[in-house]
Amino acid sequence: LFHIGVDYRNLEEEGPEVDIGSKVKEEKPKKGQARRSKAKEKKKVLREQCEEECRQDEEAPKCSKNHRNEKAKTEERGDFKRKTKDSCDEERNHISSERGGTEERAHAEKNMKAKKTKRKKEKLVFSCLSSSSESEELSADEEESQEEKDVLTQEELEKLKEAVEEKKKLIANLRGKPWPMSKKLVTLRESQEFVEKYEGALGKGKGRKLYAYKVMMMKKWMKFQRDFENFRTACIPWEMKIKEIESHFGSSVASYFIFLRWMYGMNMILFGLTFGLVMVPEALMGRPYGSMPRKTVPRSEQAGAMDFAVLWDFGGYAQYSVLFYGYYNNQRAIGWLKFRMPLSYFLVGVGTVAYSYMVVIRTMARNANRDGGGDDTSFNFSWKMFTSWDYLIGNPETADNKFASITTSFKESIVEEQESHKDENIHLTRFLRVLANFLVLCCLAGSGYLIYFVVRRSQKFALEGLENYGWWERNEVNMVMSLLGMFCPMLFDVISSLENYHPRIALQWQLGRIFALFLGNLYTFIIALMDEINLKRREEEVVKYNMTVWQASLYNGTVDDNSTTSTIPVDPADVPRGPCWETMVGQEFVRLIVSDTMTTYITLLIGDFLRAVFVRFFNYCWCWDLEYGFPSYSEFDVSGNVLGLIFNQGMIWMGAFYAPCLPALNVLRLHVSMYLQCWAVMCCNVPQERVFKASGSNNFYMAMLLVILFLSTLPAIYTIVSIPPSFDCGPFSGKKRMYDVIQETLENDFPLWFGKVFSYASNPGLVLPFILVMILAIYYLQSTSKTYKAANMDLKKKLQTVSLPITI
Amino acid sequence: MGNKQTVFTAQQLDAYQDSNPQPMAVPWSRLFHRYRDLAPQLVPLDYTSKPDVKLPYELIGSMPELKDNPFRQRIAEVFSEDGEGNMTLDDFLDMFSVLSEMAPRDLKAYYAFKIYDFNNDDYICKADLEKTLNKLTRSELTAEEVRMVCEKVMDEADLDNDGRLSLEDFQHMIIRAPDFLRCSMHHIHLTSGTSYHCKRLCAASPGQMWAS
Repeated sequence: LFHIGVDYRNLEEEGPEVDIGSKVKEEKPKKGQARRSKAKEKKKVLREQCEEECRQDEEAPKCSKNHRNEKAKTEERGDFKRKTKDSCDEERNHISSERGGTEERAHAEKNMKAKKTKRKKEKLVFSCLSSSSESEELSADEEESQEEKDVLTQEELEKLKEAVEEKKKLIANLRGKPWPMSKKLVTLRESQEFVEKYEGALGKGKGRKLYAYKVMMMKKWMKFQRDFENFRTACIPWEMKIKEIESHFGSSVASYFIFLRWMYGMNMILFGLTFGLVMVPEALMGRPYGSMPRKTVPRSEQAGAMDFAVLWDFGGYAQYSVLFYGYYNNQRAIGWLKFRMPLSYFLVGVGTVAYSYMVVIRTMARNANRDGGGDDTSFNFSWKMFTSWDYLIGNPETADNKFASITTSFKESIVEEQESHKDENIHLTRFLRVLANFLVLCCLAGSGYLIYFVVRRSQKFALEGLENYGWWERNEVNMVMSLLGMFCPMLFDVISSLENYHPRIALQWQLGRIFALFLGNLYTFIIALMDEINLKRREEEVVKYNMTVWQASLYNGTVDDNSTTSTIPVDPADVPRGPCWETMVGQEFVRLIVSDTMTTYITLLIGDFLRAVFVRFFNYCWCWDLEYGFPSYSEFDVSGNVLGLIFNQGMIWMGAFYAPCLPALNVLRLHVSMYLQCWAVMCCNVPQERVFKASGSNNFYMAMLLVILFLSTLPAIYTIVSIPPSFDCGPFSGKKRMYDVIQETLENDFPLWFGKVFSYASNPGLVLPFILVMILAIYYLQSTSKTYKAANMDLKKKLQTVSLPITI
Repeated sequence: MGNKQTVFTAQQLDAYQDSNPQPMAVPWSRLFHRYRDLAPQLVPLDYTSKPDVKLPYELIGSMPELKDNPFRQRIAEVFSEDGEGNMTLDDFLDMFSVLSEMAPRDLKAYYAFKIYDFNNDDYICKADLEKTLNKLTRSELTAEEVRMVCEKVMDEADLDNDGRLSLEDFQHMIIRAPDFLRCSMHHIHLTSGTSYHCKRLCAASPGQMWAS
């Protein structure tokens, strides 16, 4: 405003020379009469204010000489200025909003004033440097001339202000205008010239620099953000592989791999816990190999302890190492750190389970949030069509992948669409589904009984000594389990065709049924294990008795002293050893995992790879078309693989307490699986015919994982709580129960009051009400979350109906 | 840049920068050199006299950023003055500026509409949709599927029920798209010659086109 005021003054000086006034007069009638009358009253008021301000402006120029008294005045004026400025702005905006198409007029005006630009600029500069006396003179001049050309100059002032503001707005919005570049350039040049004239060099210069700086910072910030996003995406392991698979095979196959990757992450954490807190301390700070009986291979086994066959079976040196429970010493604190080994072992065992629960439930919750949140399907197909191509792609291979993924995505949506349009005969479908479920139940019951029967028989065989029976009897249980595992899923598949579900739902039913079948597997395994444990414990009694005899025999030659028993140095390898049932349990699990892995890989290689090779190369010399006919290429079996993964993880959870090496083994296994299966899928499999969209969240898999987690921790907890540990191996040897280590720690390592507090806290009278309160809290939270969801849905609906009438 | 001959006057450069949504994200001289590299014998080094030079569509369409894009022909046609795909420098700069990530959303929606409107009648009709879909899937869908998808799109987006999408319909639909608000063709690596964008990012972020 100050500058306009100054210009105003300049205009006044040149008053006689200027023909603007006349021009303005000419153009006045061009304005709408109505508009003028409306604005006139406001202009009168504003005029007075502006005059005041302009007079004051002149009295306080920018030059330094006049700043003595001016400071106080400028403050007042500053307020006044602001007020007037606001009102001036309002007025201007009001006027400019009333106008239409002033562009041309401003343009015309500007053209006429074009010649005056430079002269005015110079005057401006000089005027800044002038003294106050000069300004007073000028103001005096101005007052005179002001009265003469009162109305005219005021109008002109208004118009100028408006025009400049418009030009500025135009320049700011030029970027957003969909004009061709040449038009934009022309408009920009004109507007810039116009604004430059009336804003003065100084002000504009400053604005430009600041703006340029701001823009540079913004550009740097965006670049940084982009690079960071790139980096983050690059850090996700196997992302490229999975995207490639997704683009060719669809999201259901990709969901398996995403699940696999998630499992890998979780197992890494478990591995970190067991390795860092259990294996490494014992290896570094515990007693070394050979110093104690439990850490040494017994004399009788030493001959074959290094054989590969024995090692593969996890016997020999592998058994007597940090890999298994039995190696660990029950010394309370080891090393210079006074690391509490037994406590650490116990807590890590509990911690792995607790961490797994937490991570599974957190993932489920997050997935549920994501699902419930952004499920706007109102423009599904439109968005797919118009926004799916990635304009960033500059690489033919990626473009191929992108085309494939777009096609797959369209096909998936088409399937969804078709499914939703299927007209169903409700009653027939329901009847068929009930029938199917009945058949499946029969199947499961039959297999359950078969398993039970076979296990009983094997127990009988074991009692009578396995050597009396042939190969079939010895491996009966395993064979029956494998056969069931092979044929029942196929049977379920056939039965499910009766049900006529959406492919995604059908997959979930299939998974559920095979899950139930495999539970039988789990059952037999646990029964077998419990039998062996009981066996070993009975053996332990015998060994204990034998040990006393052996020790007595050691002292045969020497006099039995009461005070000091001179311990005859005995090689640890020769000491008779108790059977270590914990190590045995650990070994069983490890063997199971290894054989499972081997089976999977061999099935993959033979079933998928060799089959593909056969179909590919023998197709030329075969009677019928192998590729479309009987064997053809295999499809990726999502359900089988997912279940394999889940049960495998269940085994890990069950056995991690007794074999700390299990998570490490699993990490290795998953790592290899990822690469092998990615390769096998791309190389040997064909996409399914009906590609359907997986329920993006994998919550179904998570739910099954949670069930398995629960089921697998039960046996471990049972053994910890009820079975006494072996007397001569493991970190808990010598205690009555494994959890006694907690009690011991509380007594010895914590102050007395802590123990008291703990004992009060574990009082059932306190624990039961606490559980009750937690149940109530869960109920409350669930009901509030339901109401929030309902409110959410309501709001969404409202938004949708409101947004429709708004035209853009 | 110091010892090269002046390509643009300072004023010209400023003017370009101001009329463009990405004032300093991409130095104009670099874009100019990309333009020139397409046909060094046609494009003079000195633009101060504003020569009238047009590059034919074949050269534009062979740029690495556009080569794999199924809509490159339409993009060139929309941004070129003559509507045939032959672009002057102004058109070229215009194209990159609109497709950059700093262009406002409304601007992008406007140009997106023009690109998908194959017959230039200011409406996206069913034929346009079919062409778009076939370009997107490289004609791998059956005719029945194509018909179904186009019908669904018309159902979803056509608000005034005239059987074709006007600019308002299109804008109403596209502004709500989550994928409309992400990356774009910014990484025009302006080192002369090479360049395309790193495979990982684009494959890792499906469904991204125009940025906001």
